[in-house]
Parts: sequence; C-alpha cells; structure tokens
Amino acid sequence: MTTSPMIRAADVHKRFGAVDVLNGVSLDVGQGEVIAVIGPSGSGKSTFLRCLIHLETIHHGSIEIEGEPLVRTDAQGHCHYAPEADIRRVCRKMGMVFQHFNLFPHLTVLQNIIESPLTVKGLRADEIVPKAEALLAKVGLLAKQGSYPSSLSGGQKQRVAIARALAMEPDIMLFDEPTSALDPELTGEVLATMRALAEERMTMIVVTHEMAFAREVAQRVVFMDGGVIVEARPARELFTAPEHPRTRAFLQKML
Amino acid sequence: MMPDLMDYFFNILPPLLEGSAVTIQVFLITLALAVPLGLALALLRISRFGFLSGLVNGYIWLMRGTPLMLQMLFIYFALPFIPVIGVRLPDFPSAIVAFVLNYAAYFAEIFRAGIQSIGKGQYEGAQVLGMTYAQTMRRIVLPQVIKRILPPMSNETITLVKDTSLIYVLAMNDLLRAARGLVQRDFTTLPFVVAAAFYLLMTLVLTYGFQRLERKYAVYDD
Repeated sequence: MTTSPMIRAADVHKRFGAVDVLNGVSLDVGQGEVIAVIGPSGSGKSTFLRCLIHLETIHHGSIEIEGEPLVRTDAQGHCHYAPEADIRRVCRKMGMVFQHFNLFPHLTVLQNIIESPLTVKGLRADEIVPKAEALLAKVGLLAKQGSYPSSLSGGQKQRVAIARALAMEPDIMLFDEPTSALDPELTGEVLATMRALAEERMTMIVVTHEMAFAREVAQRVVFMDGGVIVEARPARELFTAPEHPRTRAFLQKML
Repeated sequence: MMPDLMDYFFNILPPLLEGSAVTIQVFLITLALAVPLGLALALLRISRFGFLSGLVNGYIWLMRGTPLMLQMLFIYFALPFIPVIGVRLPDFPSAIVAFVLNYAAYFAEIFRAGIQSIGKGQYEGAQVLGMTYAQTMRRIVLPQVIKRILPPMSNETITLVKDTSLIYVLAMNDLLRAARGLVQRDFTTLPFVVAAAFYLLMTLVLTYGFQRLERKYAVYDD
C-alpha cells in the first residue's frame, strides 16, 4: 500500500480574465512537512494556496488532498471539480489563516472558535468549549476569550484565527501571509505560535515574506515567480546556494 | 374655558384612539410581513440566478416607481377585474397587501446594501471553516447586517407610521382621518394637534427602540 501525499497538485493553471496567474504549478506535500512559499508579489503564491482550498477555481491541472480528488483534468483538457459535498469534505481536511485574519467581528473570541464546530460539525457547546479554551491557552489568549476581535491587537487576532482554524481539527494548515498585515513588533508572537505548530508535526504551507521563518522552520522552500515554481528545495540549500538567477536576485533583495 | 377644553379633549379621545388602533395595526402587520419578504427579495436580488435577480430588480422598480396610494387603489379597485388572479379584497386586506408589497421593496434595498457592505473576507473565513452559503448567511453575514442597517431601518419604519395615513383613500378610519372628521364636524383644529401628538408618541417609541438596539449592537466594532 502506498501512502498518498497530504497534498498533490499537478500542472495547476489559473487565470484571472486574460491574465495567467498560475502556469503549471506542481507540488507534493508530505505528512508533517512544513513548506514555505516565497516570491515577489504577483508571483501567484497566494493564488496557488487559495486554489488548494477552493477559494479559487483552476482552469487546468489536478489537486488531490490526502489522495482524494478536489479537481482533475481529463485527456481532452477539461477540468472537472468533485461534487460540492465532496469538495466541502475534502477542504475540511485543511485549515486556513489569512493575512487579514477574517475573524467574525460580531462574535467574541471564544464564539469565533466554537462557531464552526457547532454549526458545521454539530458538536454541543459542552463538547467544544473545553477544547476551545485549551486552544486559546495554547496561543496564550485564554484571558481574552470574552473579548471582541476589535479590541485585540493584530498579533492577538492572528493567534485567535489560528486557534479557530485548529478547532476544526485539520490535518493541514495553510497560511497566507499571516504576518504581512502586522506591525513588525507583533510578528514574533504569531511566528512563535506557528513554530510550535510545526514542532507538533502539523503539515503546513506558509506563504510568507519572513525569510528567517522560512529558513528556520520550513523543511522545503518553494520560490515562485511568474506563476511557476522556479525552485523547490530544502531550506538550507535554497538560501545558501540558490540555483536559479531569479531566486538569487529575489533573495538578494530580501536579505 | 379650561374645563370645557378638557371636556372636549376627553370627548374626542375615543375616536382618535380607535383611529390610532387602526394605524398601529396597519403598521405592525406591514412590518411583520414586509421585513421577511424584503429579506427574501434581497437574497434573490444578490443571488447568482440572473433571471430571478432581474425579476426582483423589475419588481423593486415597479414598487418604488409608483405611488403607494396608487398601488392601494389598484389592488382595491382594479385587481378584481384582472383575469385569473383577480380577487376582490376588502379594504383592510387591500391596504395591507399594498403596504407589504411596497415596503418589502424598500426593505429589500436596505438589506441588499447591508449584505453587500460585508467584506469578501467574512465569506472566505466562513468557507474555509466548512460553512455552507446558508450557514454563512445565517450565522455570519446577516447578524452583522442588522447592526449596519439599523439607522436606515429606523428611518423607514418611522416613515411607515406616517404613511399609514394613506389608507384614508379606502375610506378606512385611521388616526388622521378620524382627526379630520372631528375638525370638520367641530370647527376646531384641536383634533389635529392631538393627532400630531399621537404620531409623535409612536415615533418616539420607535426611536427609543432603535436606539436601544443600536446600543445593544455597540458591544462590538466592525
């Protein structure tokens, strides 16, 4: 029996109108692997992440999550998405954290976390509240459980967003520039939370501009430019000896 | 003089209170029916079903584009002569149907504005947590919409209180028509003053109610 990768994306193409954003992106992500996706803005890295969890639809290629197809392309080049119920089930294997948090402002911190377990999983409050409190304790925000998101700092909001995603017990966590909207002094607390998650062997894909985080936490770093993966190599190799001139140029600007 | 005035006041109070009862009935029934209908129209208007959305758009144009009084007269006098759907409704139901159809169109536009003011991020946040569109609307979007539409809804419901006076064209005795009857009978404008005070009292209750709601929703910021 062969084990399928957590995520298998093959030859993914995506365009917005006449603009090609992804031009054949392929990536396999193994169990417990932490992957950092870096690259200039407009390189398609966020779009690729969003395609994986069906926030965008692709035009060509295939995506499988834990061996289950989200979308595939037939021999004639036609793209077929799984039925809606399957898409929902497959995507629930993943959690996602956004650049702008997307917390629900009308709900308290605790309510934000238990909302989906209650409505989507149909759990009872007494089943999920202790777990939500444990997650809040883990991200260091148990004292804030009754607060509304608007009263939190950016770093606190993002840690709540992480706890909220984890409450759905995903196998894979996707992070879309999780620290880009934060004041520099607040990025550390969010990165620490993500680092702790990586140490627990959570499978993670992190689109980021935090080169230090990519180098220290990711096993593999993917450099994207112009809608393709230019290089995908172990972090140490990519940072110390980038093969491609575009990678070198990008790293020189960033470091 | 003063005792006479007091006597007269208590004399005209019963008919004015009866008129107020009609006014309040039309107001409450219209509100209770037009709000859910308006919400349904707004959801159809923003839906991906182009035909239904266009249909609702046309409906809103029709309802906002013609006078409410004309709509009421049409339902009462002209509807019975329309083949198939034609029915003769008594005055009160005619008025209610016209008010509900008309106000639902205005409410629909308020709801639509509120729904469309909620950012894409809320939908995406809900989607990646596994929520369906219906769950997202019910649990995430609409609760936030309520807070945002309170000021325009307060406006519209206060307008509704005063618009109820239009039902006089169907010869119904609402507050204003009762007052006018007394003015014409007794050659004094005091019934108008009392009627104005009644309207002000009703809008005061509404204003207070909406202020309380706004305070309740002030616990969070967007």
